Amino acid sequence: MSDHKPSAHSAQTTGHAWDGDLQEYNNPLPAWWVWTFYATVVFSIVYWIIYPAWPIGNTWTRGVKTVTYVNSEGETKTHGWNTRALLMADLNKAAAAQKPYFDKIASMPYDEIARDPEMSGFILSAGRAIFSDNCAPCHQSGGQGVLSFFPNLTDDDWLYGGGYDRIHETIVQGRRGYMPAFKEVLADAQIDQLANYVASVSGIAHDAKLAALGDQLFHGNAAGCYICHGDDAKGRQDVGAPNLTDAVWLWATVPSAPTPEGKVAAIRSVVAEGLNRGVMPAWGGRLTPEQIKVLTVYVHELGGGT
Amino acid sequence: MNFNFKHEWVETNVGLMAVLTMLAISVGGLVEIAPLFLIDKTVEKVEGVRPYTPLEQRGRDIYMREGCYTCHSQMVRPFRDEMLRYGHYSLAAESQYDHPFQWGSKRTGPDLARVGGKYSNEWHVQHLVAPRSMVEVSVMPNYPWLLSAKLDISDIELRLKALRKVGVPYSLSQAEYDANVATFGETVARQLHIPDSRKNLVEQANFGNYDGDRSGISEMDALVAYLQVLGTMVDFSKYSDDAFVADR
Repeated sequence: MSDHKPSAHSAQTTGHAWDGDLQEYNNPLPAWWVWTFYATVVFSIVYWIIYPAWPIGNTWTRGVKTVTYVNSEGETKTHGWNTRALLMADLNKAAAAQKPYFDKIASMPYDEIARDPEMSGFILSAGRAIFSDNCAPCHQSGGQGVLSFFPNLTDDDWLYGGGYDRIHETIVQGRRGYMPAFKEVLADAQIDQLANYVASVSGIAHDAKLAALGDQLFHGNAAGCYICHGDDAKGRQDVGAPNLTDAVWLWATVPSAPTPEGKVAAIRSVVAEGLNRGVMPAWGGRLTPEQIKVLTVYVHELGGGT
Repeated sequence: MNFNFKHEWVETNVGLMAVLTMLAISVGGLVEIAPLFLIDKTVEKVEGVRPYTPLEQRGRDIYMREGCYTCHSQMVRPFRDEMLRYGHYSLAAESQYDHPFQWGSKRTGPDLARVGGKYSNEWHVQHLVAPRSMVEVSVMPNYPWLLSAKLDISDIELRLKALRKVGVPYSLSQAEYDANVATFGETVARQLHIPDSRKNLVEQANFGNYDGDRSGISEMDALVAYLQVLGTMVDFSKYSDDAFVADR
């Protein structure tokens, strides 16, 4: 290393003395620094020419670089460079890569998509991505749901039906659960009877005498439970009334109640208070038809039926 | 450096230094900020954006009080990955009535610009009370007091008046109300009328029952009402997918 210190003779100072004798050198900048600085100036001028840069009145210089894309109406457009046009081009590129799959999905019936090994691979990865972003916060990442909040999609018990068309309908238009509060029309004793009857059809220890009375109420018009839950208490998927005989519970906290009395009480509470819950948002406006079809097959694969 | 400039002039004259510093900062500021007020496409022309209703605005106040913005941004950027996850990129027009806007650049949690309508009210309530009961891997804190805290609506008129001062078109006079009817339609204009704000707030909270509890109006009612309107004002199905490309 050479000694960079200038000799006392050549040293140029700023000409000011602080505290009597403290002076400051005023050396020229190193050449590499000066040339790098000039290079950045040149770079910025090139940048101004290529990209949008300077405001002028109520508009701005657009730059010479352009982006070409195809919009949803099929028109090819060339626009000055900006991130929104760039996004369009990016979406075009991705759509082109996925086109063979989505074209096939659009034309194939659901069960054929599920049987086709190549397509089911695509459904598994694309469907999982869509499911994770949109469905998993409620139905959980594996589709197992949350007891007393969001239904399990992996079992074979469906509130609104587990066939492809019903799953599709549920996704597109959303759902809203409703059951009237029977404490407003029935006496406490009657609600006890109904709770015991519902316990009896799902194999929970119950009071047989009360259940027999509950049976009559269930199938009579005073309570009218059969209208939604069906004569056999197996539910009606067209109105989203659950099957009460299969020991699968969503709203009544039966599984977490330790004693048979607790289980009957859990059923009783739903009969008495009713439900105005079970709201699933509609995805028709948020996801594309192709995404919804992928999702339909994906959810059906989790535990769908016919 | 042969011209007769001496550092010493500036360095020994604090008044001159202050003037030159201000000049340098002003030039930078003017070049960056002034064009945004002059360029006619800064705020896109788009239908549907309106100021928040009194209940939503109170929800927004709670959103800021609880510091939600420290982990959640409210701006979907124009990138493919963001569009796939969150929906249409945010427009400047969509936050024109936000004071201050909540764009943010810090995402510990997901972006919330389009969270409105994505989940049910019940999900939001459960998730705010106990986030991990809904999303196992969440690191969000619990906010259980929102459900038990009664919403303070005593100063709602003052809050809206303050926003009116900074340019949000909440109306005080009949003339302002009529102008809002012309701009936003009668249903929205009614919600923006400050003298009726308390009545409107109570009505919306009772009708929407956002927290699932009809016994009173909680802070949860307001916050969920706010979250459910985020990003839902513009109906993007009315616009072609490149409608806003020309604005930039």
